[in-house]
Amino acid sequence: MYSVRLWSVKHSRFMERLYNGVNPAILAILKGTTKIFGKKLDKPITAMEAGVKGFLFDCKMCGDCALSKTGMSCPMNCPKTLRNGPCGGVRANGMCEVKPEMRCVWVQAWDGASRMKGGETIKENEFAVDHRAKGTSTWLKLAREEI
Amino acid sequence: MYEYIHNIEEHGTNPGDPLPMLDGHVSHGRFERVLRSGQFALTTEIAPPDSADPDEVLNRAKLFDGYVDAINATDGSGGNCHMSSLAVCAILTRVGYSPILQISCRDRNRISIQGDTLGAAALGVCNVLSLTGDDVGAGDHPEAKPVFDLDSVSLTKTLRMMRDKSQFLSGRKLDMPPRLFIGSTINPFVPPIENRVDQLAKKINAGAEYIQSQYCFDVPMLKDFMAKAVDSGLTEKCYILIGVGVVSSGRTASWMRENVPGIHIPDHIIKRLNDAKKPAREGRNICVELMQEIKEIPGVSGLHIMAYRQEKWVGDVVKRSGVLEGRTPWSPGESETSIGTVS
Repeated sequence: MYSVRLWSVKHSRFMERLYNGVNPAILAILKGTTKIFGKKLDKPITAMEAGVKGFLFDCKMCGDCALSKTGMSCPMNCPKTLRNGPCGGVRANGMCEVKPEMRCVWVQAWDGASRMKGGETIKENEFAVDHRAKGTSTWLKLAREEI
Repeated sequence: MYEYIHNIEEHGTNPGDPLPMLDGHVSHGRFERVLRSGQFALTTEIAPPDSADPDEVLNRAKLFDGYVDAINATDGSGGNCHMSSLAVCAILTRVGYSPILQISCRDRNRISIQGDTLGAAALGVCNVLSLTGDDVGAGDHPEAKPVFDLDSVSLTKTLRMMRDKSQFLSGRKLDMPPRLFIGSTINPFVPPIENRVDQLAKKINAGAEYIQSQYCFDVPMLKDFMAKAVDSGLTEKCYILIGVGVVSSGRTASWMRENVPGIHIPDHIIKRLNDAKKPAREGRNICVELMQEIKEIPGVSGLHIMAYRQEKWVGDVVKRSGVLEGRTPWSPGESETSIGTVS
């Protein structure tokens, strides 16, 4: 949801703390679950990730999550799906070139990153997304130590 | 002092042949030579024709003879369909021009872009410029599918990988790498203003060797940006060319500000155009003044003149500005090389 997405960026430091706090526990649970059930629970786990991240960030389930490096603003909401934005078309009021009713995802990202402890990571170059990963779970990949 | 830039004998009998590679250079091109030799460089944009006539390209390029060091061939700019940048470049290289192939991420995926890059180098293109690209919604085919498989940073990295590691993104080896001078773009005049230097740093880290900026109509804003770039040492790693424009009236300027993405024109410029008795002439005066002012800003290596539908005035503003300090960039002159009209 757009308003929740804006809230998440505004509270990027809180989201970062929350993530760093609960992440080890979630990963431990997921590691256990995947060991016991193998791939049987992949679908519901992926759906859960899509639900949570979809609500908080309008996550598009690209399968290559970069939220912690993009100020908690999901880059896949950029109409040009830039991974190193913003582009040069941002409006003077900070709104998107393509969707004038939406705040530029990358103006948001740099703003969110400025409040985060690990915000400097936004300055690292990300490579374009791997389109094969679309719809897959980043959480499961972390649990299986694939990334 | 820098005779080798103008030395036509280096071209042999065919001006379309590549120049000998100089030490420390990455391309065979004249544009890189001008920048590396520390001279103030000028580039401009050619409007690609809506035509299959190659002579139309040469006629349009001729307007710039003796005024610019390189000519950008735009890649469907504004989302509008025209002759492809690759084809325009291929025609220009045949007579010895130094074109800059613009590659936009909007229309092609990584397979197509890498293929075109090899093809461009094979056709004698020595310079590429990686851009994100305007959205399709702004152009004449708003129903088209926007691709954006890569972004300009990823594209710059890709081009550097092809040239420096002689391989595709897949890791497959190239028999001969494309010897290209690789550039990208920056727009210091739109939000997030305070992060635009970080964005420049990202592009340079990705491998950009030169940068061409969006239109500058706001010199104080540019000075802030350049001061930060110089302080961060970025201008040591990369040549920065600032975009300047020729606008013909206050109405055009207002229209551009409202409708062309990413263009910032301060009110005082529009007022000056509106108040002028001859707005077109005033527009050129503004351009000349901007060129002179920007040349003096530390860290600026050159200017990129964008004069859409005002191309015939490029020579006028270059001459009047005096930024070339008497230097005359190479041009083919009355070349006998003609590729003829397809009729």
